[in-house]
Amino acid sequence: MKIVVCIKQVPATTAEKRYTDDLRLDRASAEAIINPLDEYAIEQALRLLDAGTVDEVGYLSMGPEQAGEALRRALAMGGESATLVTDPALAGADEWATAAVLAAALDKLAPDVALMGMASDDARGSLVPGAVAARRNLPLLSYGAELALADGQARIRRLSPTGFDWIAAPLPVVASVTDQVGEPRYASLKGIMAAKRKPLDTWSLADVGLSAEDLRSGALTRVTDARPPEAKPPTERIENVSADEAAAKIADWLAARKLV
Amino acid sequence: MTYRLTDEHLELRAMVRELAEERIAPRAAGIDESAEFPWDLKELLAQQDLLGTAFGEAYGGTDLDQLSQVILVEEIARADATTSLIPIVQKLGALPILLAGNDEQKTRYFPRLASGEWLAAFALTEAAAGSDVASNRMRATRDGDDYVLNGSKRFITHGSIANLITAFALTDPEAGGRKGMSAFIVETDTPGFAAPRVEHKMGIRGSPTAELTFDDVRVPAANRLGDEGEGFKIAMATLDRSRLAIAAQAVGISQGAVDAALSYAADRQQFGQRVSDFQGIQFMLADMASQTEAARQLTYAAAAAIEADAPDLPYWTSSAKLVAGDTAMRVTTDAVQVLGGYGYITEYPVERMMRDAKITQLYEGTQQIQRLIVARQLLARAGAGARR
Repeated sequence: MKIVVCIKQVPATTAEKRYTDDLRLDRASAEAIINPLDEYAIEQALRLLDAGTVDEVGYLSMGPEQAGEALRRALAMGGESATLVTDPALAGADEWATAAVLAAALDKLAPDVALMGMASDDARGSLVPGAVAARRNLPLLSYGAELALADGQARIRRLSPTGFDWIAAPLPVVASVTDQVGEPRYASLKGIMAAKRKPLDTWSLADVGLSAEDLRSGALTRVTDARPPEAKPPTERIENVSADEAAAKIADWLAARKLV
Repeated sequence: MTYRLTDEHLELRAMVRELAEERIAPRAAGIDESAEFPWDLKELLAQQDLLGTAFGEAYGGTDLDQLSQVILVEEIARADATTSLIPIVQKLGALPILLAGNDEQKTRYFPRLASGEWLAAFALTEAAAGSDVASNRMRATRDGDDYVLNGSKRFITHGSIANLITAFALTDPEAGGRKGMSAFIVETDTPGFAAPRVEHKMGIRGSPTAELTFDDVRVPAANRLGDEGEGFKIAMATLDRSRLAIAAQAVGISQGAVDAALSYAADRQQFGQRVSDFQGIQFMLADMASQTEAARQLTYAAAAAIEADAPDLPYWTSSAKLVAGDTAMRVTTDAVQVLGGYGYITEYPVERMMRDAKITQLYEGTQQIQRLIVARQLLARAGAGARR
C-alpha cells in the first residue's frame, strides 16, 4: 500500500507578500515553507506508515526548482522518496493547470491514496483535490479528520453538523485532510541527515506526458489586479472612564452593530 | 582560529530554534517556578536525536562537529537555560569516556546515552574541593576485581537523576589529588550510592544539583577510565572542552535577553513614544547586541580550536567562557533595566535570565579560574611558564 502526499511550497504565513510586475507572487522575496495545511496530510500518511498500514510514503510537488527544499523537509519528517514536477511553462499555473499536472504525475506514480491538505495557505482555493480526483476519475474523500485504510477501502472521518460521518470508497482514491488529524511531527536530526540521501526526482512537463500547449489552452483564470488589504479603521479606545461607563459604551457599540 | 557556518549548521540552527520557540520557551517560566526537572523536554530532545550529538554513529549518535554542538546548546539556552543543561551535561558526563574510555566501555554505555535512555553526570567537586580540585578526598580502594568507593560529592548537576556518573576518587591518597586520583564509571543503581539532597538555587532551578554519597560502592575494575592516577589529567581535559558548552549556554541566555528587551522596548510607550525611540535605550540595546555577538564569535572560534585539537585549546575555551559568562550577566542585568519594573517581576522572562546567567560565571571553573588558565597559556606561549 502506497500513499503519495501532494505538497505545496508557500511563503511563510507571517512573511510580507510582494507581487511581481506581472501580478505573480514574488516567491524569491519571502521565506518559503511547506504549506502548513499540507503538514497534516504528511502527518496522517506517516502515522499510517508507523502503524504498518502502508508500506511506502512518497511526496509530489509542482513548483519552481526551489520547491525541492519543501520536499526535502517533508522527507526529513519521514517517507521514502519525492518527485518534483518543474518546468518554465508552469509559471503562473492556476488550480486547473496544477490539477492537470498533479493528475498526470499521479497516473505515473500510481499510489493507492493521493493525499492532500484541505487548502493552501497562499491561494486558499481548495479546488485541487477535487480537480485531481475528477481528472483521474477517482473517488474523492475530502476534509477528513482522520484517514483509515482497510480491506481495499479508504475511509475518512469528517466533521458534520451533528457529529462525525465516516465516508468510504474503494481504493485508489484522492483524499484531503484537515488540521483535526493532530499536530505534525518535528523532523528529527537523524531524519534531516537521512533526507539528504533519499531519492528526489525532477520531472519536466514532458515527463508527465503534457505539453505547454495542453496547459495554455486551459488557462481558465487570469489575475487582473492585486493590492494589499485596506488598512483597518483606527481602533476606538475607551479610556479614563469608570468600569461601568466603559461597559455601557462597549454594549452600545455592539448594539449599534446588532452584535448583541 | 577560523570557522565557517555551513548549510548544515544553519539547518540545525533553524531546526533547534523552531523546537525551542514552540516547545521549550513556553515551559521555561513553569520549570523555573516549580524547580522540577523537565522530563517531557528531555524526552522531546531524545526523540529529536539531540542528546546523541557527541557520540559516533556506530553508537547511535549523530557525531556532530563542535560548532554544531555549540549551536544546539545556544539555541536551547536562548529559550531556557535549565533545558540547555540536558545536552550539556549528557556530554559532560560522557566526556571522560570519550577522552579516556576503551572500546568496550564505549560500546557498553554510549548507545544508551546517545539515545537519551540514560542520563549522565560528572562528579568531581567535593564540599571542600571546588576550584581546588587537587584536594579531593573521596577514596577508591582496590579489592580483587573491584574498586570500593567511599566519600561524597557536592554540586553535581543531574547527580540525582543520572543513570551513569563519571566519578573521581583517590586510588593513591599518599600521592594526592594531582597524581593519585582515578576516574570511574559508576552506574547509579549500584548499592551504596545515594543522592540524599538537592540544592535550592538562584537560577537553573529545574536542573537538579545534588549531593552524592558513596558508601562502599563496588565498581568493577573494568569501569576505571585510563590508568590509575590519570584522574586529574582526565578531569582537566574534560573541563578544557566542556566549558565550551557553558560559553554556548551563556551566549544563548544573552541572546534571549537581547530579544526580550528589544521586543519590549519596541512596544512599550512612555512619554508619548516607544521606549526604543529614546537614544539612552538604543545605546543599551546596541551594547547588549554587539557584546553578545562578540561573545558568540569567540565561542565559535573556541569550537574550532577543539575541532582542530589545538595545543592551546584551554586558552580558547577559557577565554570564551570568561567573556560569554560575563557578557550574559551584564546583558541580562541590562535587559532587566530596559524593562524597568516589569523586568523585575516573573511576568517577563528577563529576571529569570538574569538569575540563570549568574551560574555561567561560577560553574565549570569560576571566572577567576578561567583567568588563571588564560594567563598560564599566555605565559607558556611567551616561554615564561607559570608559578604553580
